[in-house]
Amino acid sequence: MQSLSPNLPPDKQREMLRRMLTIRRFEERASADYLAGKIYGVVHCYIGEEAVAVGVCSALDQSDRIISTHRGHGHCIAKGADLNRMMAELYGRQTGYCKGKGGSMHIADFGIGMLGANGIVAGGIAIVTGAGLAAQMEGKGGVAVSFFGDGASNAGPFHECLNIAATWKLPMLYVCENNFYAAQTSAAATHALSDVAERAAGYGIPGVVVDGNDIFAVYQAANTAVERARSGGGPTLIECKTYRWRSHTERRGQPDPRDPGEVEAWKRKDPIALLGRLLRDQGELDDAGLGAIEDDVMAALETAVAFAEASPFPLPEQATDDVFAA
Amino acid sequence: MRELTYNEAAVEAVAEEMRRDPKIFYMSTDALPPLLKEFGPQRIRATPITEAALTGMSIGAAGSGFRPIVDWRQVTFCFVAMDQIVNQAAKIHYMFGGQVTFPILYRAAVGGGGLVAAQHSQSPYSMFMNVAGLKMFLPSTPHDIKGLLKTAIRDNNPVISFESSRLMTRKGPVPEEDYTIPLGKADVKREGTDVTVVALAWLVHEALAAAEELAKEGISVEVVDPRTLVPLDVETIRSSVRKTGRLVIADEAGPTAGFSAEVAAIVSEDPTTFARLKAPVKRVCALQVPIPYSPVLENHVFPDRNRIIAGIREVLEGRRSAAAA
Repeated sequence: MQSLSPNLPPDKQREMLRRMLTIRRFEERASADYLAGKIYGVVHCYIGEEAVAVGVCSALDQSDRIISTHRGHGHCIAKGADLNRMMAELYGRQTGYCKGKGGSMHIADFGIGMLGANGIVAGGIAIVTGAGLAAQMEGKGGVAVSFFGDGASNAGPFHECLNIAATWKLPMLYVCENNFYAAQTSAAATHALSDVAERAAGYGIPGVVVDGNDIFAVYQAANTAVERARSGGGPTLIECKTYRWRSHTERRGQPDPRDPGEVEAWKRKDPIALLGRLLRDQGELDDAGLGAIEDDVMAALETAVAFAEASPFPLPEQATDDVFAA
Repeated sequence: MRELTYNEAAVEAVAEEMRRDPKIFYMSTDALPPLLKEFGPQRIRATPITEAALTGMSIGAAGSGFRPIVDWRQVTFCFVAMDQIVNQAAKIHYMFGGQVTFPILYRAAVGGGGLVAAQHSQSPYSMFMNVAGLKMFLPSTPHDIKGLLKTAIRDNNPVISFESSRLMTRKGPVPEEDYTIPLGKADVKREGTDVTVVALAWLVHEALAAAEELAKEGISVEVVDPRTLVPLDVETIRSSVRKTGRLVIADEAGPTAGFSAEVAAIVSEDPTTFARLKAPVKRVCALQVPIPYSPVLENHVFPDRNRIIAGIREVLEGRRSAAAA
């Protein structure tokens, strides 16, 4: 079941497509460069889930704040992060968002309200709930969004924070990206209820399930929740059913217990292809227009890679900088 | 000079800073009545018993321009928030390349003496000293706790205020006028020439009592109170030991990988200080056990002035006693 296109300006709809495509191409490149040894440590790809980050962030203002997970590139790009500084961070360079101290799992840009990817499952939920409290105390109508997975929904901070946010009516969106697997373990084996959103009833807040591959469905749910939050109505739990196309990480040879048929079935529900079709059907995009977006994305990506490669590594002694703030 | 209790001095520090800076707010599972009365429930927040959430929320609020204070009450209760303390608060400034600051004060009562058994009598500060990115202190007087708290609230980093349960009702002089005490500055609580005792919190007072007792025998004891644990005032400790040539470390925590071990290490790894040592370093610590309930057992576990005196005598004899004091 596809949602109808909301009453959004065509430019905004094309921008949604461009951001989703940027996430996908960025991660395809990050994976390739990781396997080539140019990116270190670990890389977790968001490919297949792009409609969630872009759909939600399209309902936000730049001053609204979000927090991400270990699978964070998509949320960074959706919130408007700079590709050059992202790629430089993956390359471990001085010009990266974290001056080479964070890498793939720890990209943040506080200037655009992106409070960071976070390497601990459920580790960011409380932090961004504090940003929601800050928004409430500021009294300017700001909201905060916690992105987390089905795995995190079983951890203590999820419960603690939904309870406190509901009690204090914090302007929060809790966005569960249910991709049906916490690393290699299936949600079916770890959740008593099949819908995480049902738990919202336990906190007395709205809980909605949406097709996380349908960007307009995600956008509309987010928009409703944002309006509720901005007007003092409190938090909403939004569960986006989606799927990760790739393994838990990009490391070679790791086990992936998922049925290949299941993976292929979800690839046929590609959120980017779906939006492309919708825009085409509406007459908002033709082949030339799509090609122009693709060219634009690839050019930005090549610029980012060139920037990263040309950037210096940190000096070894910079390892002791920034332990404490002045 | 007027006298306040340790606890009154702490509350006064918080209140003065909250009057000065509207960005400061306070979260604790029970609101402190005098603060609630003055600042109201928006700034003095009574919360669910969810220390992990509060500790994490303070990070997000700090990163969004506020200056939160989280009162864990007893250090025991912060262990459910260890992910937020160790993985998040301590690392977030560094890990994100110093983009923004995270000014947060965490408060936690530590130590024994209350006959409340193992879970409510802990002194785990060395666990936190081991985590890069956290500042922390443990004051011994009303004067020191007020000055250090005011500095900590103005600091742009996560700072933990460890506060001695045994000292909460102890009175001492506190100036009426505004003052602060810098982090990282030890205080020589008594000058002496024969032996240095580095002590924390309640044991500072026990060490002073020991010094008074030994003065009657002509033994001159210097008592150094580091006050701040991170950053530690290494130079004041070393220079005292260079002067006296002997060192006793008194700590209400157990010795293993503890504060006392750190002090012994910073003294012995400095060539000049090491060369002046006339005797092995002596640690007077709690026994390495969970703290037991019965008074007979609790008293046996914790060090006191008598054990400090025994430790001083041991280093003055210049040899190690077989029976650990």
